[in-house]
Amino acid sequence: MKISVTVTLKKDVLDPQGKVVKQTLKNLGYENIEDVRQGKFFEIELNENDQVKAKKIIEEISKKLLTNTVIEDYSINYK
Amino acid sequence: MKSSVIVFPGSNCDRDVAVALEKFQIKNQMVWHNETILPKCDLVVLPGGFSYGDYLRTGCIASKSKIINSIIEHVKKGGLVLGICNGFQILIETGLLPGVLLRNKKLKFLSKNVFLKVINTDNRFCSNYKNKDIIKLPIAHNEGNFFADDSLIKKLEDRNLIAFKYCDSQGKVEKISNPNGSSNNIAGILNDKKNILGMMPHPERLIDPILSGEDGSILFTSLLKS
Repeated sequence: MKISVTVTLKKDVLDPQGKVVKQTLKNLGYENIEDVRQGKFFEIELNENDQVKAKKIIEEISKKLLTNTVIEDYSINYK
Repeated sequence: MKSSVIVFPGSNCDRDVAVALEKFQIKNQMVWHNETILPKCDLVVLPGGFSYGDYLRTGCIASKSKIINSIIEHVKKGGLVLGICNGFQILIETGLLPGVLLRNKKLKFLSKNVFLKVINTDNRFCSNYKNKDIIKLPIAHNEGNFFADDSLIKKLEDRNLIAFKYCDSQGKVEKISNPNGSSNNIAGILNDKKNILGMMPHPERLIDPILSGEDGSILFTSLLKS
């Protein structure tokens, strides 16, 4: 089963890289860009057919390793 | 006194800190991160560097090393732990110290000497700074911007758990003397029991006049007391 996890900084946490990307896009002439948040993307192949078990594992690793929950949020996408 | 310096792939201040410890007659042993048993010692040092190339988050992969569980046991028994720079980042990722270290506010790697005010001298690491509480130490980091929510900052301030703050040459703690944007100019913090110190500046780099100063020596001589 292929699962993807996206990790982004929480809304209240300053994202300087996102800010720079946004400013650069504006400099390129994309005036209507309102905000950019930069994050990380993980593509995980899991040898598990049981959807419930898979969900439990991915939730666990997202909290344990992929995300620092003090400053980051994650979202999981099951394909 | 005995110490263990933990070596991770990508550590690069491990030998510097070993030289500093030995200079002050602390018997040191280098310990590879893959070991599961910590040698008998009073002090564990997590050195500076770029463990695992800063992959995922700084200090994150190192914080899941095999040796970490025995370091946590060492802490529970009241043993001392000193985390310098990347070592501080590792301590935060293990949860042994609170808060988080973000990228420097101006997104630049900083390598320079900074002035520090020693805020708490009532601990095993800083007691000898009583006579000299404005010091100069080098910093060299990209993620040293200590960030915490208001309640944690209040707790750190109220319980006197801040060891060092960035200041100017007169000891004034102001925004202008803050190199990386850290909350309340914080450069180093202690845990509740004050047996863990995490700090971004490098005391091991200023332990000899030939290295342009000895302000770092005072930390190591403090450790020798009691």
